[in-house]
Amino acid sequence: MEDHGSAALGRLLAAMPEAIQATHADLGDATALVDPAAVVEVLRFLRDDADCEFEMLTDLCAVDYLGETPRFEVVYHLYSVTKNHRLRVKARVAEDPCEIATACDLWPSANWMEREVWDLYGIRFTGHPELKRLLLYEDFEGHPLRKDYPKERRQPLVGPRN
Amino acid sequence: MSSEPTFLTERPREGPEDDLERDLHTEHQILNMGPSHPATHGTVKFTVELDGETVVDLDVAVGYLHRGFEKECEAGTWYQAIPYTDRLNYNSSILSNLGYCMAVEKLLGLETPERCQWLRVMSSELSRVADHLTRCGAACLEMQAMTPFIYGIEARELVWDLCEMLCGARLTSNYIRIGGVKHGMPKDFARTARANIATIRTLLADFDKVVTRNRIFVDRLKGTGILSKEECIRYAVTGPLLRAAGVPLDVRKAEPYLVYDQIDFDVPIGEVGDNYDRYLVCVEEMHQSLRIVEQCLERLEDLGDGPVNVDDPRVRWPAKGRVFNHMEELIQQFKAVTEGPRVPAGEGYLAIESANGELGFYLVSDGSAVPWKVRCRPPSLINLAPLPLMVRGALLADIIPTFDFVNMIGGECDR
Repeated sequence: MEDHGSAALGRLLAAMPEAIQATHADLGDATALVDPAAVVEVLRFLRDDADCEFEMLTDLCAVDYLGETPRFEVVYHLYSVTKNHRLRVKARVAEDPCEIATACDLWPSANWMEREVWDLYGIRFTGHPELKRLLLYEDFEGHPLRKDYPKERRQPLVGPRN
Repeated sequence: MSSEPTFLTERPREGPEDDLERDLHTEHQILNMGPSHPATHGTVKFTVELDGETVVDLDVAVGYLHRGFEKECEAGTWYQAIPYTDRLNYNSSILSNLGYCMAVEKLLGLETPERCQWLRVMSSELSRVADHLTRCGAACLEMQAMTPFIYGIEARELVWDLCEMLCGARLTSNYIRIGGVKHGMPKDFARTARANIATIRTLLADFDKVVTRNRIFVDRLKGTGILSKEECIRYAVTGPLLRAAGVPLDVRKAEPYLVYDQIDFDVPIGEVGDNYDRYLVCVEEMHQSLRIVEQCLERLEDLGDGPVNVDDPRVRWPAKGRVFNHMEELIQQFKAVTEGPRVPAGEGYLAIESANGELGFYLVSDGSAVPWKVRCRPPSLINLAPLPLMVRGALLADIIPTFDFVNMIGGECDR
């Protein structure tokens, strides 16, 4: 594991080496694969450390690597407004139990993005204040961005409910 | 006769002053607004908790325009996703095209020709003008003013005329290609563009006269929908909303892509982050974008005619004349159309400054001709999330201008 010339990655490796599973900087994007149990601690360090200062959780999404174990990967894209640098943090999530700790306490922007990931991938964010579907409706069955969800599958039409 | 009955003198005086002090029994009321409300441009449902006319809380329900953009992208080739990106932010489709194509180019390791880069900058700035015109014009319309809306839409028509000249389509442009653009600049384009820009400036001046110092607009925009600098950053709000709060963050300046580092333009910022600042920032950004377009026109005229696509066999389509007469080119064309480029395995995130803020694409490829994952970071959705913060404690009517200047575009927000 090396820092690939990224100051933030270097700081992270020095401070929490046991939490980092792999690093790379392919195509210029500094990336750290971290232990899912320590993901909140890693993110908190990256937000609060004076050399990292990632005040912004720009994006949070998931990828389904069907056939691999662990199956899912949750991807956090961080950006520092003051330092103008970026870092990608990833954590693998197993199919069962399909859950990871929430980042809502660190950045409120995680709230809706985690709801979206729950909606489309069925990854449960433990500790999330209001984990309900964001884009789809409550009666929708399944999580459509999973690779084993067929694109053509139809869902029953439900009427409006107030 | 005795004096007046005692109950009359002892009865407390009832005047309007006393009414104001009296504690009346009130209860909070839940009001459903939307999903198809005439004063919101965008399909979104608000559940508003009201105390009289004051907003106590607001719940935003999005997703009414969800079409499974990411799922569809994972089913086609890398090329077939480009028309879907048109339908993300349909006011500025070229910007969405650009974000996606540049992310694919990042995975492919392609460097586009200089002429193409200037064309891309020019077309994306035209899109930005169209988007801001829609935002400001529609905001006026939803505050019951027809005239500025018509000025804005007239100017937007002129922008779309230019888009039509460039790529044949007004709304869903499908202009940017992986490794290039669809066409170079047509013959009369520079002349028409200069004439249209002059007219757009006149219309913007008219718009300014009707709106900027108009008492009704100033009263409805100033001090409403405030979101502080710190809250913006905590909520990852970007674009004109963040700049109106006083943070000069613009991806075009912070991480210059294409040829933005060679272009002279300013990034306007506001002071308090209310709707009025957002309006002023958007108007100034339109002027800056027109400045950029003029610089691009000048540079493109200097560069003259030439290739606008990268000469890389993975993404290049052979010339039509050769396809009809040569076996090699015929096979290449067939492979390019049916299969498209194979993108090396890996992951990449690329952000551009769209009209609403940072538009990012996070792509994962497994090395095949079909994307494994196409994640669009939608600025509309992320900017909309702190809406309850902006309107809590405000009047019900303040939701309308605040929502207008957040500029939630259903296609991009719900994907």
